[in-house]
Amino acid sequence: MGLLTFKGGVHPYDGKELSKNYPIEKYLPKGEMVYPLSQHIGAPAVPLAAKGDHMLAGQKIADAGGFVSAPIHASVSGTVKGIEQRLTSTGSMVNSIIIENDQQYEEIEFTPARLEDLSKEEILKRIQEGGVVGMGGAGFPTHVKLSPKEPDKIEYVLVNGAECEPYLTSDYRRMLEEPEKIIEGLRVMLALFDNAKGYICIEDNKPDCISKMKELVADIPRMEVKELMTKYPQGGERTLIYAATGREINSSMLPADAGCVVDNVDTVVAVYKAVILGRPVMSRIVTVTGDAISQPKNFTVLTGTNMGELIQAAGGLKDKASKIISGGPMMGFAMYDLNVPCIKTTSAFLCLEKDPVSESRQTACINCGKCVSVCPGRVLPARLATFAEHGDMENFQKFDGMECCECGCCSYVCPAKRPLTQSIKSMRKMVLASRKKK
Amino acid sequence: MEQMLHVSSNPHVRSKVSTNRIMQMVVAALLPATVFGIWNFGLRALLVILVSVISSVAFEWLYDHFMHKENTIGDFSAVVTGLLLALNMPVSIPLWMPVLGSAFAIIVVKQLFGGLGQNIMNPALAGRCFLMISFAGRMTDFAVSDSFRGVVDSVTGATPLAALKDHGFTQGSVSVWDMFLGNTQGTIGETSALAILIGAAILLIFKVIDLKVPLTYIGSFSVFVILYMLFSGMGFDGNYLLSHLFGGGLMLGAWFMATDYVTTPITPLGQIVYGCCLGVLTAVFRLFGGSAEGVSYAIIFCNLLVPLIERVTRPAAFGKGGKKA
Repeated sequence: MGLLTFKGGVHPYDGKELSKNYPIEKYLPKGEMVYPLSQHIGAPAVPLAAKGDHMLAGQKIADAGGFVSAPIHASVSGTVKGIEQRLTSTGSMVNSIIIENDQQYEEIEFTPARLEDLSKEEILKRIQEGGVVGMGGAGFPTHVKLSPKEPDKIEYVLVNGAECEPYLTSDYRRMLEEPEKIIEGLRVMLALFDNAKGYICIEDNKPDCISKMKELVADIPRMEVKELMTKYPQGGERTLIYAATGREINSSMLPADAGCVVDNVDTVVAVYKAVILGRPVMSRIVTVTGDAISQPKNFTVLTGTNMGELIQAAGGLKDKASKIISGGPMMGFAMYDLNVPCIKTTSAFLCLEKDPVSESRQTACINCGKCVSVCPGRVLPARLATFAEHGDMENFQKFDGMECCECGCCSYVCPAKRPLTQSIKSMRKMVLASRKKK
Repeated sequence: MEQMLHVSSNPHVRSKVSTNRIMQMVVAALLPATVFGIWNFGLRALLVILVSVISSVAFEWLYDHFMHKENTIGDFSAVVTGLLLALNMPVSIPLWMPVLGSAFAIIVVKQLFGGLGQNIMNPALAGRCFLMISFAGRMTDFAVSDSFRGVVDSVTGATPLAALKDHGFTQGSVSVWDMFLGNTQGTIGETSALAILIGAAILLIFKVIDLKVPLTYIGSFSVFVILYMLFSGMGFDGNYLLSHLFGGGLMLGAWFMATDYVTTPITPLGQIVYGCCLGVLTAVFRLFGGSAEGVSYAIIFCNLLVPLIERVTRPAAFGKGGKKA
């Protein structure tokens, strides 16, 4: 079988060898825990806990603020210190519940269930109550994704194990160490869609995961492993659907329009925990890595854990860290303060000794067309960036600027070092804002 | 935290390929043709090349300096322009001509339009065409000097392409093999298809260029010449076709000047259309035009078509033209 892929994309230095061989370690936090009320796309959660309340791990501290929203649960036992604005890794201040960790880790009693005993509605309810959101980074509430208008038309449930972002190894370790949980999670999701096949999609730079998964799904009906070519952004939703099924969706369509549901491996594990074990999202796997970290590692981290603390747990920073990124180097957020919490969508902290962005000097576009040839959205990034710089909203939209997925390939490859993605991104935000006004 | 951290929008990594690195690669890829030209025509060729390169860089520096603009000679694009201009000149050229050509290429064609990336025509070729129109005699003076090592057409003593236009491919013509190797008369850098192809291979291996433009250019040109042979009653003649491919400026033009990023469409389909236009126009100019050569004019003309070609060849965005469920 040939490797599945898409047209375009780039091959940045992948840096995965720094952390890929370190088994997942559980990190128990020391200081206060911070739970932002917006850890997902959609309405912020509404606090249930008040100052002075004693909370147990697994207890709901904030409820969903609507259908497209998700509840938030305490990950430790302790006392609520207050609800206040706190900095998050994306750089914005978000209303957050603060809990003083009592170090006892007392949990509430969870109610496990057998998949056979649950109706589809009950499964979705348990996912919703478990606060499961897309843990690959977007944070879209999973129960919404799993409730398409016509569930019978879903033909593929794609488990995204591409992990195409350089440096990240959390999905890799998960697939290697806990593949059964992924398969159980997929089993739950397939129970929702009678006509669907489950594809576990993995890039071919993870042959050990591929062979292990293949072995495990060999005798399971409706489940297959799909090998993808290693290329960024192979794990993007649209590129993944295209590689696995040959179907294309654009920015105005949902995966369900192409008969697909896509979820990251960590999300699938969260589905398993929420539905079968009855445990809400209280932890996730975070890779702490980069050449500025003394000892890169993969941790199981309780949500709300302070990032600075986690970096200390990885041996701390070396002398000359110049950039710290929440997420991967292609789509992550650069941070100016380490005093932020890990949330449901935090996949990695990447600490780099050198910042190639501030070191490179921008020169004139030479029209080389490299941005066009790497663009998975098949738009013309050089032209779009120029329209964006000129504030030309009309031409920006005419030239399909809204089809950009902000993957960053164009900026990565540009020999003139133009910040193409940045210009396009900010113009897209302006267009979306102006559409909202209308 | 005692350290200051850099904050910027994603992505946070950049490829190592930069504009000046690309330009340096192009210079390196032109070296085989340059060295061969010097060997073939003698040391005067080196002098022409040096004068052209140095004056191009000097005009770039002077313009930036007097216009109070950032100095751009470090991007190596002026070196490329100067080198290409010299490779497009006969060795016997008076030395003030490369200086004049460089001034026109750098100041008029490139800088007055806004500098690197903004020029609508390839500066080196525009400089060459400017000199061709102004001083046609000097630019086509291919008199054989003592230091010339190659072979010439025994009937006319002109460039192989001029001889070909004059009396077709005959017993006395320069052999195709000599043309491929470059042991023949012509401009300094155009004679050796072999040296040019070695340079082209360097550009391809390092992914500076891809095959779309050169192959469609050479391909459509060949098709047109074959059709011409068949319909003009000449009958298919392999030597005639190969003489057209290896003689004159086609190889240098197709691999090094038609592939100039700035004056080539940015769209993949546009590059193919552009290559086809080049091939057809070159063939028309060579077969029906007044002069034996047609590459320079074809490229300059097609440069002007680039915005139009781009407009009609914009790709359909992902998910807008393909299969839907």
